[in-house]
Amino acid sequence: MPAVSELRMGRLLAPTLIAALVVATGVLLAIGGYDVGRAAEALVNGSVGSWYAIGSATLVRATPLILTGLAVALAFRAGVFNIGAEGQFLVGAAAAAAIALTLPKTPSLILILLALVVGAIAGAVWAWIAAVLRSRFHVLEVISTIMLNFVAAFLVSYLVRGPLQEPTHVYPQTESIVAAAQLPRFGPTTRLHLGFVLALLACAVAWWAVRYTAAGFRLRVVGANPSAARSAGKIDVDRVTTRVFLLSGALSGLAGAIEVCGVTYALYENISPGYGYTAIAVALLARLDPAAVIATGILFGALEAGAGAMQRDANVPSVVVSVIEAGIILALVAADRARAMRTRSAVA
Amino acid sequence: MTTTRDDDALALESITKRFGAVVALNDVSLHVRRGTVHALLGENGAGKTTLMRIAFGLIAPDSGRALVPGRTHAIRSAADAIESGLGMVHQHFTNVPAMTVAENVALGGHGSFHANAARALVARIGAQTGLVLDPDARAGDLPVGAQQRLEIVKALAREARLLILDEPTAVLAPAEAKELLRWLSDFASRGNSVVLITHKLREALSVADDVTILRRGERVLSASASTLDESSVADALLGEAMERGETSAHHRHAPRGDACVVAAEEIELRDDRDIVTIRGASFEIESGEILGIAAVEGAGQHELLRALAGRLAPSTGRLRIPNRIGFIPEDRHRDALVLEFELTDNVALNGAGQRSGVMNWGSISERTDVMIREFDVRGGTHRSRASELSGGNQQKLVLARELDGSPPLVVAENPTRGLDIRATDAVHGRLRAASVSGAAVVVYSSDLDEVLSLATRVLVVHAGVVRECPLDREVVGRAMLGVA
Repeated sequence: MPAVSELRMGRLLAPTLIAALVVATGVLLAIGGYDVGRAAEALVNGSVGSWYAIGSATLVRATPLILTGLAVALAFRAGVFNIGAEGQFLVGAAAAAAIALTLPKTPSLILILLALVVGAIAGAVWAWIAAVLRSRFHVLEVISTIMLNFVAAFLVSYLVRGPLQEPTHVYPQTESIVAAAQLPRFGPTTRLHLGFVLALLACAVAWWAVRYTAAGFRLRVVGANPSAARSAGKIDVDRVTTRVFLLSGALSGLAGAIEVCGVTYALYENISPGYGYTAIAVALLARLDPAAVIATGILFGALEAGAGAMQRDANVPSVVVSVIEAGIILALVAADRARAMRTRSAVA
Repeated sequence: MTTTRDDDALALESITKRFGAVVALNDVSLHVRRGTVHALLGENGAGKTTLMRIAFGLIAPDSGRALVPGRTHAIRSAADAIESGLGMVHQHFTNVPAMTVAENVALGGHGSFHANAARALVARIGAQTGLVLDPDARAGDLPVGAQQRLEIVKALAREARLLILDEPTAVLAPAEAKELLRWLSDFASRGNSVVLITHKLREALSVADDVTILRRGERVLSASASTLDESSVADALLGEAMERGETSAHHRHAPRGDACVVAAEEIELRDDRDIVTIRGASFEIESGEILGIAAVEGAGQHELLRALAGRLAPSTGRLRIPNRIGFIPEDRHRDALVLEFELTDNVALNGAGQRSGVMNWGSISERTDVMIREFDVRGGTHRSRASELSGGNQQKLVLARELDGSPPLVVAENPTRGLDIRATDAVHGRLRAASVSGAAVVVYSSDLDEVLSLATRVLVVHAGVVRECPLDREVVGRAMLGVA
């Protein structure tokens, strides 16, 4: 009986939290003297107010969030606390840009595939460092992946000022990649590109695999109880966590590659406004369910798209949205802890 | 009114403690004299640790009280106990591994922390007592013997005059153990007192002035050590051989001479810390028998069972075991079940490491339904989470899963821990049925009577040495304790 009510609570929790946070933010803005009505209007218009806003703003921003969110969700599901989606995203973006810039004569389809695959591999390699540190030397991946995020950011800085800098050597960025390396868009008036479909596809495949394959089952068991996985399931826990880590890195790297090939067409510093960190909120809000990541990724994409409009039209700082995002993470984690403690005391 | 005698350092009066329906301690009294080492002996679950946790104020007795001379009220909390000059060294250390020795010693003190004062305190205690430690070493980096010394130093820093040590030598190498015991009797001879909880008779008799023996929550003997020998202590520990009725296995015939399922040749096993816990063990296990393993806690049986279950490879020697093994681990919540998963998932756990491709959930949930029916698992369907079942039904599910497909070998470690009588009977019945249908069954229980009631043959593990014993409670009990 208690399980059912808990489940219900889990379902209702997310929308309730978000509503409460939005209301609280509105109150804070009002106290700060901002025009709450105009801010809200800008937020809504900028994210879902028109087909253009939905396609070219919200869904374009949702694409990297869905992919990195999926990366984080799968890792967390297996008990791998990969906080490094940001760094893996950056090296994926850098690798894709490097490929597109060095092989501009390659036929379009091959070049795009190559850029995406190499981007994914780069992300996996970046995650592999932390995976080895974890399995070989018991270094907490929370720490190693955060550090690697900074390394990746500095690596991108170096690349766009050094070997990959545009030919005039004025701006810290690469030149634009050739048209052949750019992901196709859904029409001349939209910025929405094929990457969004790839992200949806990745979530669908991951959802199916986690639920219906032996490998997916191992991932869930290892995350839920590694000791039982080892003892009762004779599962090689280290091998499972390492593989999930690599997969998680590959998805983040793919997100970076898609961002370069689908949106920015170039590599520069700050190419990610913290997608890899927001991904943690996306994954947690989705309760680590790969299918639900689509919904939470779009929600956060809308928030970020709306934040820009809010700053432009209502002069409300866009960091307000970051506050909402952070609030969601904190509230979720707190609610989960409280629930875990309640169930534990019920068992004891 | 107090009834502490003049030379008492600690008096436990008529302590009774129940945990649910189980009487852990029944009207137990104990007087620890000043300037003595008092050994507290008993089998697994006799109540030794519970009694000392009550003395230290960690749990409250249902009736009776713990008194210290010079204080009129009973000890009610650990803070009380520390203030009264009691110090406890737990079986599992309570050091903070990331902190230095000095910081660990200062932890729990009053006022502000002064690094130099803490260092000086460690140095002073070292000089006074011979328990020398590097105050700046990280506790986690210390070898086990030094970590234990740190536990004692921590108690001494709180000015403990009575030390309670729970199985202190279990983690030590023989030379270290000898040194510790020598230190303890020296400590006592300077007007302090020691309570030594132990399984080891020889150790108790070599160092103790007084001996108290508990059996099933009752005090069965309290005497001066000089009046006792190993044999009389063993008798008291195990109870009169006849008291428990004729020794169990008279009617059971071990169907020997069948197919050999397990063959161990001179195997050596190491635990997680790479310490040898079983050495030179050779034995065979045949189909159709129930092999009981008898041992006191920490004798190496844990590693032996894991090796038999294929979960631990011997460091030397040859061990032949079948491919399919049913394994019922001691801690089902940690090692056998994923509590927040559905019963179907938990059944699917068996063999999850080898499976590939797509899971056939339809057939797995059908099999789960069959198991639920056949093993009479109550309180849920295959969609229920394992955490919703009672302990007994969880264990029935584990048994159903592990006995599924009639594996040639079944290994069970404390399979009835925490279960009520009805569930215990069910588990015993299943294990017997498995052996009747041809499986070799290995059972360890910390309750010797349970081992004897099930087994057709018994191996005793004592201090890492495995040997076969006749099915006789007294003989087995003595062998467990290392008394010939």
